[in-house]
Amino acid sequence: MTLAALQHHMPLLVVLMPLLGGLLVAIVRHPAASWPIAIASTAASLAGALALSREVAANGVISYALGGFPPELGIEYRVDAVNVLILVVVTFMALATLVFARLSVASEIDEGRQPWFYTMMLIATAGLLGMAVTGDAFNAFVFLEISSLATYTLIALGRDRRALVAAYQYLIVGTIGATFYVIGVGLLYLATGTLNLELIAERLPEVTSPRALLAAEAFILVGIALKLALFPLHAWLPNAYTYAPSAATVLLASTATKVAVYLLARYIFGIFGLHREFGEISGASILILLSLAAMFLASAAAIFQNDVKRLLAFSSVGQIGYITLGIAIANSDALTGAFLHIANHAVMKGAAFMAIGAILYRCGSERLDDLAGIGRAMPVTGAVLTIAGLGLIGVPGTSGFVSKWYLVAGAFEDGKGWLGLMIVASSFLAVLYVGRIMEIVWFRQPGRVALAAAEAPGALLVPMVTLATLTVLLGIAASWPAEMAHSAATALLGARP
Amino acid sequence: MTFVETLASEATRYVIVIVMVAGLYTIIARGNLIKKLVGLSLFQSSVYLLYLLPAKIFGGTAPILDDRFEVYSNPLPHVLILTAIVVGIGTLALGLALAIRIKGAYGTIEESEILARDAAKAEGKERGA
Repeated sequence: MTLAALQHHMPLLVVLMPLLGGLLVAIVRHPAASWPIAIASTAASLAGALALSREVAANGVISYALGGFPPELGIEYRVDAVNVLILVVVTFMALATLVFARLSVASEIDEGRQPWFYTMMLIATAGLLGMAVTGDAFNAFVFLEISSLATYTLIALGRDRRALVAAYQYLIVGTIGATFYVIGVGLLYLATGTLNLELIAERLPEVTSPRALLAAEAFILVGIALKLALFPLHAWLPNAYTYAPSAATVLLASTATKVAVYLLARYIFGIFGLHREFGEISGASILILLSLAAMFLASAAAIFQNDVKRLLAFSSVGQIGYITLGIAIANSDALTGAFLHIANHAVMKGAAFMAIGAILYRCGSERLDDLAGIGRAMPVTGAVLTIAGLGLIGVPGTSGFVSKWYLVAGAFEDGKGWLGLMIVASSFLAVLYVGRIMEIVWFRQPGRVALAAAEAPGALLVPMVTLATLTVLLGIAASWPAEMAHSAATALLGARP
Repeated sequence: MTFVETLASEATRYVIVIVMVAGLYTIIARGNLIKKLVGLSLFQSSVYLLYLLPAKIFGGTAPILDDRFEVYSNPLPHVLILTAIVVGIGTLALGLALAIRIKGAYGTIEESEILARDAAKAEGKERGA
């Protein structure tokens, strides 16, 4: 009976566990207690997410009425094939990040602030999970702000004073984005009288004023695009990733933008429909144009960075372009590719930022020039960075290849073969920026920093190597994640316009 | 329709738009970190109005069922905006706290001066190396 009750409340528990864990860390505020609590609550949340994924695969959509109120009155949590994938990715990456965080945080953050750091990590995770699991437009805003406020704090905990400015700038831009979103939701509410996403979609055909809908769509999509750093709204991202503490960067890069992408897909496919015309042009062609700009311009900017974290941050903006391109092409293969890339990019960018964090832990520097020859001093870390880099390029045998393969297949299927060629062409830019790191890490004469360094300790290596192994495994045995991504794509395409 | 009712139903929309755009303009045009936050608060306040004003119904009463009343105001927008106000306070508090920390680290809260000091520091480092 109790187990069944637990199962019934699982959609809520997945979000509550990190949230309560975060509160507990803040109340106990003992340096030794913070990390175990954080690990336990995140692991419990991951177990919950996996249980949900099994249940969704077996029984289809789970609808959970918060407080027992029906969806018309209360908040509905709705778990389907699409967001269960996001739940698994976010909880898994949060757990991996926390395993990595213990030593990394101990070396980068003052002891008195460490419990607060873990609190913020857990609350940010809870906010992201809430955004993914909720079926209520306004509830998504609240969770968006919960995760955002925690994120601003995480970034501000960075050692450099520029972290403060980066956090402030992100706060301004992020709040504008969230406010745009809530304006759009308000207009939708005025037009339909409900905040439940399913019911909004049901009632939209009855709305008589197309102008209110267009305004709502513009506000919501631009607001979300700010959060997911869609080119050219990405200006906040490079500074935020560069100056945040290493562990915070890992969490942000592998989860935060992904959940925003999910929300974008949910609104585009579940509510507005992709092919709405704005005058002469359609929403799809705008999204394709911006995705291409991200893939080429942001990747090109990555080539010229002198700070590794900033280089990888620009690469993230470029990689998000592939995901939004898949959403814009919007057939089964392209969407499967997009959702695969959400998971795959989370894993490999997590591995890459962890490797940089380990180098920072040993050498105290993340400038590219200081990394000369570091691969000889830290071979395992160098290997992880290499595998993640190959994944970013999309070399066969890594998971990046599989997701790009689906994207290219989707582009050709849609009769947009030139887009497939663009995906391949932009990968050459990734060859350049990854190649630049590889050349410095492996082939330069070891500099002063590299000679003094030793291999990273085991506690940092374990999560790193796990993610690197996953990058390869998901590239070779791609059927399980591909099936999950495919059912997510099918669920989205089957949704109303 | 009385004058007040016309004013309430028509003029309020313009008030919302003006406050919204004024807030957004302040965020973009001002370099002072505190003034930017003032703009952000204005911008958020306009959204509170956007939700609340349509929820007001003339002659409507608080939504407590009673035989004496037939018209009720919709309570949901008020509750939503109560949440949004809490979020807004949290954001403003965090923004101000960051401004204080920035003042401590840089000695200024003017965006242009902060950027100039970072640029000067980076240049000094290059020359020193």
